[in-house]
Amino acid sequence: MNAIKVYVPRDATALALGAESVARAIAQQAQARGAPVQLVRNGSRGMFWLEPLVEVATDNGRLGYGPVCVTDVPSLFEADFLHGGAHRLALGRTEEIAYLKRQERLCFARVGVTDPLDLDDYLAHGGYRGLQRALDMKPAEIVQTVTDSGLRGRGGAAFPAGIKWKTVLEAPLSPTGPGRGGARKYIVCNADEGDSGTFSDRMLMEGDPFLLIEGMTIAALAVGADQGYIYLRSEYPHAWRALNRAIATAYERHYLGANLLGSGKRFDLEARLGAGAYICGEETSLLESLEGKRGQIRYKPPLPAVKGLFGQPTVVNNVITFASVPVILERGAKFYQDYGMGRSRGTLPLQLAGNIRHGGLVEKAFGLSLRELIYDYGGGTASGRPVRAVQVGGPLGAYLPEAQFDTPLDYEAFAKIGAMLGHGGVVVFDDTVDMAAQARFAMEFCAVESCGKCTPCRIGSVRGVEVLDRIRAGVDRERNLALLRDLCETMTHASLCAMGGLTPNPVLSALNHFPEDFAARRASAA
Amino acid sequence: METARKIIPIRPEPGANLPAEQRAAVLAALQAHRERQGALLPVLHAVQDALGYVPREAVPLIAHELNLSRAEVHGVISFYHHFRSEKSGRHVIYLCRAEACQANGCARLEAHAKKRLGIDYRQTTADGAWTLEPVYCLGNCACGPSLMIDTTLYARVTPERFDAVLREHASGEAAA
Repeated sequence: MNAIKVYVPRDATALALGAESVARAIAQQAQARGAPVQLVRNGSRGMFWLEPLVEVATDNGRLGYGPVCVTDVPSLFEADFLHGGAHRLALGRTEEIAYLKRQERLCFARVGVTDPLDLDDYLAHGGYRGLQRALDMKPAEIVQTVTDSGLRGRGGAAFPAGIKWKTVLEAPLSPTGPGRGGARKYIVCNADEGDSGTFSDRMLMEGDPFLLIEGMTIAALAVGADQGYIYLRSEYPHAWRALNRAIATAYERHYLGANLLGSGKRFDLEARLGAGAYICGEETSLLESLEGKRGQIRYKPPLPAVKGLFGQPTVVNNVITFASVPVILERGAKFYQDYGMGRSRGTLPLQLAGNIRHGGLVEKAFGLSLRELIYDYGGGTASGRPVRAVQVGGPLGAYLPEAQFDTPLDYEAFAKIGAMLGHGGVVVFDDTVDMAAQARFAMEFCAVESCGKCTPCRIGSVRGVEVLDRIRAGVDRERNLALLRDLCETMTHASLCAMGGLTPNPVLSALNHFPEDFAARRASAA
Repeated sequence: METARKIIPIRPEPGANLPAEQRAAVLAALQAHRERQGALLPVLHAVQDALGYVPREAVPLIAHELNLSRAEVHGVISFYHHFRSEKSGRHVIYLCRAEACQANGCARLEAHAKKRLGIDYRQTTADGAWTLEPVYCLGNCACGPSLMIDTTLYARVTPERFDAVLREHASGEAAA
């Protein structure tokens, strides 16, 4: 009798909700009852209100049960869930759940489906077909394919990936010196996912790490690089373990190293840990940190594509950007280009977070409206109260009121209303939120995380907190509001990077859309 | 008349003030990572993983071995929130105070945690059990408020659940 496959996620959020004890209980019960069970620790399907989501492979497809608490496990066995038995937690076929069914998963096609650390499972689900294609292509052809696909950087800045790669391909190597490393090009993955409300990088690295490795390897072939680094934030211990194990397996099986799949080409890859600095998500600061220095930003130009890590031409892209590349190589630029709207092509993994009933990951082509995302997918707030504000694009993104919820999720449409899509994080707040407090937090966060290199960011944020405290206390309100706007203008135009330059986004959007919260009556609220 | 040139020794010798076992841990970290490009962060991580913090007396030794100035090493340690120069408690609680957790009431959790532990952020309880650290996002944003104890993540942490989690840890420690 063949063992029945039971899937229990090892995703960090699923674990935080008790997946480990559920997995242990299932193994114990199976043993006690003599039921032949093979436990697979998959990634998360990204429906976090259903986690821990246990799935069983049956003749009728994969059937879901969730959210499963450890105390539910005996009753699941009694209901014969191993053969799809009825149970109050039964969800039917997982892929038929509307939240998942209506998505267009290109990056996340395998996340939650496969065993993330099993290379054979990755290969069985179409893995490494993109790399196979790339190995038969000239570097310039790979770059052209990525350019034609319309893929733009998914970290937040939305710069066309193909153009960046072309710059690195054509950039000459710099002379080397002591302690500068060799004369070589680098591929660097920005996995410093520091924006609150975002977790797509984490889910992908934990749920399908080989996809990131494949994407980076293709990038290396495209620009002629032989060394890669994944710069991972230290707050992600689960992703750290998954990446290191996947990298070790890829080396063993010659998907990394001196002779990629017998092609004679070389690509070495190493994961590096950050140390709790939001600013290291800024690419030049990240490079400084990789070089073993304080994560202070660099002046641009020169661009990292010309002089990046150790002064050499370097591709720096976000996790999702690299993870989008294999499918483009496999299915062609046209296939990818056919998704999306306007100049935003392909799909974006959106993350529904904060006070949301159905929080999780929604990968869709660009063009979905914010309203559809929050209500049709998200189901409104978890608290059941009305949605008052939504922050899109992380701590440097604008707060949007209900009136702007019909904005399509598209880079240009968001820019037009003074907002940004960023890395696709959507944080929902109900009507108990104090928007003046949120504005103050934006300044406070900038003060804590500023690298200190430029004055508008380093000092401006501290002064911003003080001015907002005075406004909230009702001290000289009109004059302080004028001062706040003046300060925001200075920060916007005079900061060296996006940290100081975009902090005014949440501050001013809160002030402009929710002025009533800045009235003196809120003085008593600390 | 020529005399043989002598290297002037560095006094005190870098790291001479470190207790022997700490010195061994620092040297092991250096040994493991010194050949890597941009070795300082991997070295500091290894030291902190072994000792729980990066002792101030380790700075001259790390600087000397990596051919950096003490200012450079100190500058890196003090720049990154993760590295600490003081001994931490037996466990570190990383409490998320970013926007997604705010939307789910992390301010209440924060106030409760400080009161319950009797400490503020970046402090350690008198019995040496807990250190409380603020953190800005743990990537668990759909199920906040979130906190991480050492490397174990917890979701939907209400003040009641916070107390329960602390009790679990305390009983786990007693059993061990």
